[in-house]
Amino acid sequence: MACKFCGPKLSLCGLILSVWGIIQLTLMGVFYYIEAVALLEDLPLEEEGGHHTIEGFIHKVEVGYSQNAYNCWIAALLYVITLVISGHQFWMNNRSSVSM
Amino acid sequence: MFRSEEMALCQLFIQPEAAYTSVSELGEAGTVQFRDLNPDVNAFQRKFVNEVRRCDEMERKLRYIEAEVHKDGVHVPQVKEPPRAPNPREIIDLEAHLEKTENEILELSHNAVNLKQNYLELTELKHVLEKTEAFFIAQEEIGIDSLTKTLGTEEGGQQAATRGRLGFVAGVLQRERVPAFERMLWRISRGNVFLRRAELDKPLEDPTSGNEIYKTVFVAFFQGEQLKSRIKKVCTGFHASLYPCPPSNTERQDMVKGVRTRLEDLNMVLNQTRDHRQRVLASVAKELASWSIMVRKMKAIYHTLNLFNMDVTKKCLIGECWVPTADLPNVQKALADGSNASGSSIPSFLNCIETDEEPPTFNRTNRFTRGFQNLIDSYGVASYRECNPALYTIITFPFLFAVMFGDLGHGLIMALFGAWMVIKEVSLAAKKTNNEIWNIFFAGRYIILLMGCFSMYTGLIYNDIFSKSMNIFGSSWYVPYDNDTLEKNTAFTLDPKDSYIDKPYFIGIDPIWQTADNKIIFLNSYKMKLSIIFGVVHMIFGVCMSVVNYNFFKRRYSIFLEFIPQVVFLCLLFLYMVFMMFYKWVAYSTMSEDQAYTQGCAPSVLILFINMMLFSSNEPEPGCKEFMFENQGSIQRVFVLVALCCIPIMLFGKPLYMLSASKKKHSKTESSNGSVNPGIEMQEQTDIINSQPQPKASASHDHEDEPFSEIMIHQAIHTIEYVLSTISHTASYLRLWALSLAHAELSEVLWNMVLTFGLKDANYIGAIKLYVAFCFWALFTLAILVMMEGLSAFLHTLRLHWVEFMSKFYAGLGYIFQPFCFKTILEQEDEE
Repeated sequence: MACKFCGPKLSLCGLILSVWGIIQLTLMGVFYYIEAVALLEDLPLEEEGGHHTIEGFIHKVEVGYSQNAYNCWIAALLYVITLVISGHQFWMNNRSSVSM
Repeated sequence: MFRSEEMALCQLFIQPEAAYTSVSELGEAGTVQFRDLNPDVNAFQRKFVNEVRRCDEMERKLRYIEAEVHKDGVHVPQVKEPPRAPNPREIIDLEAHLEKTENEILELSHNAVNLKQNYLELTELKHVLEKTEAFFIAQEEIGIDSLTKTLGTEEGGQQAATRGRLGFVAGVLQRERVPAFERMLWRISRGNVFLRRAELDKPLEDPTSGNEIYKTVFVAFFQGEQLKSRIKKVCTGFHASLYPCPPSNTERQDMVKGVRTRLEDLNMVLNQTRDHRQRVLASVAKELASWSIMVRKMKAIYHTLNLFNMDVTKKCLIGECWVPTADLPNVQKALADGSNASGSSIPSFLNCIETDEEPPTFNRTNRFTRGFQNLIDSYGVASYRECNPALYTIITFPFLFAVMFGDLGHGLIMALFGAWMVIKEVSLAAKKTNNEIWNIFFAGRYIILLMGCFSMYTGLIYNDIFSKSMNIFGSSWYVPYDNDTLEKNTAFTLDPKDSYIDKPYFIGIDPIWQTADNKIIFLNSYKMKLSIIFGVVHMIFGVCMSVVNYNFFKRRYSIFLEFIPQVVFLCLLFLYMVFMMFYKWVAYSTMSEDQAYTQGCAPSVLILFINMMLFSSNEPEPGCKEFMFENQGSIQRVFVLVALCCIPIMLFGKPLYMLSASKKKHSKTESSNGSVNPGIEMQEQTDIINSQPQPKASASHDHEDEPFSEIMIHQAIHTIEYVLSTISHTASYLRLWALSLAHAELSEVLWNMVLTFGLKDANYIGAIKLYVAFCFWALFTLAILVMMEGLSAFLHTLRLHWVEFMSKFYAGLGYIFQPFCFKTILEQEDEE
């Protein structure tokens, strides 16, 4: 197979990064989904919410939470793809070094 | 681990025949440190010089063989079980074997060089014949006549007689020399030489070095004998190899044929030699590693035997060594094994002798404690039998580190890294690398693991995971305001009176603080107090450790004259400050009914402490009290006065005691000398007896025989240092606060600056941004927060242990026990 484009170090790096990414982003997604207060600061809200009513504000926050939850999970999925690619590369590298 | 092992100085009496095997056994056991008994004899006058030289010779041969093996790229297998040192019979065998192998390889390579030389010459000849072919044909086409004519016109009419009698020389020359060669020929013949050349496309192999060289075939045509000899001289000057080349075409063709067949034959022979060499080297390579280990062991044994003394009767060798008393049976057994192996009838024996010398320090460690012991040893090796701080370092070191590095996420990364190294320990240790940073990490793998675990714990207490808090047990605070008030104001102060449920958060800091604006103000005061509390406890523990030392070294007077004033001083001033912190936490509350104990009245502990030291006072706020409890002012005054009284005790106590003690001793010794005075012979004997215990006493009591002024100066320095250091060291523990705060802030900044970039989007593009941002965030988290901050926290922890903790009781004046052990010798040589 000719599709070896990462060295052993880069593929290992990608492997570790993507495992970490999957775990953390999935968990962050869950926390956004259950609307954890600690993550409120990071929500996509417009500044100066003083003109809105309380209900409008709450609605915005809820939308922001679910949006961020989905974004986190999508990013986690992207890391799953990274994991598969770098895992494949890692395996290729290992195999070629063994056969040598 | 509590203190270093007890050591004994032993004398070994070994039969010369059994000496070699016994020392070999001792080297395998690795429990004794030999002392050099003839330090004034130089290396060439020692007893076993010849044997050492033989070993050197064998090592040289081994190196040669190894180089040859490496040149041919033969794989050298690792030895599974290192062989023991060979016995004398095997040594001779080994020596003969090495000699034979070396000669064989030498001869083989010599033959190979010769054959290759032949081969080279033949190939060159072949090329000369083939290439010159073209020249001759070209010449024939033009016609020799015309050529001679052109030459002849220059030379003059005389040449006509010898027309057609052009001579030529053919040969091969290195390519880079060709231009110079050509010019030289032109000069010596004044342009009367005709040179043709053709370059060889393929490089030839130099037979001795194996390098590739490019060569050029040339043919020089000339006329006359004189020119011929000149040309030949030039050729030799340029290291050109000349080959006979018959002038006629058919002869040349015959010759080419002959050369080709010879080349083929030679090729076959060369292949066979190569195979043979490969076989020989392969068989050698199998044994090579074990041979080199055996030789190195032999050499080490003879070096050790060189440290021994010969008995007067030349019947036995005497060696002196330090042995841990716990290992004495092992040594006995090794000696017995050694003399059995050599078959000598007289057993060698071991004799412990009394000595006044300071024995080496030996702490038995395992792979878990070794890292911690190394941290202590790099400050200074403990004095013999001194209290070993490494034992406490196992817990205090990771703990103080974790106070600075408190973050659950970063701690988890560190713990995983440590755990990976610990689990893969065996396979990672087998892979030896020269990467220094990796070796440091690997040596400290258990420290890293513990530091990671402790950081996870403090991270849980600080409620920090990558700078975010977790609300696991439910916050104890709630918002008492209605929506209307919330809408009109941007920030509120929550009063514990009406928004606190009066039950603290289950463990650690309440997660509500993460969303508070005054989070840093709160954490500052909390962490500062925490670090002072830990610092004072740590220092008091250090001072208490000195009791163990005083008790062990029989300096009980020091307990009363040094330890008690020291600890009283520290407790009355600084432990009292810690007490005030706790009292303030407990006594003052918003719920309190007494007006003096509500939050507005809580006095600053620092101001109180400063006032206590300066005997001054501040006016309290109306309705509040200056002090936290009744009679605090007078109690404080007493404390300060008592603490000040401790200073003169520390300063004068020990010197005065020593003075009186030495006076008493003087009167005693004088009287004993006076009573024993009958004769000179007796006098000498008593002198010997008297002089023996004297140095021993001075060894255990450090400055006993110094003059009073010296002791006084020592003690004054010591006292001033201690009194000043209590203040400066307490302040030094504030680094715990500073670093932990910096760590928390840095991780929060990183989260807000980098990861938030991916979280602030209201559509799905945010996912892509998040993917990229997370990648950078993870990178910076590893590089800055875990690596850099981890290193700085590590260094600060090291300092807190070395300076603030160990200075209270640790002398560190010993020297390390270095046993004679094959394992360490081999490892050291491998590293080189």
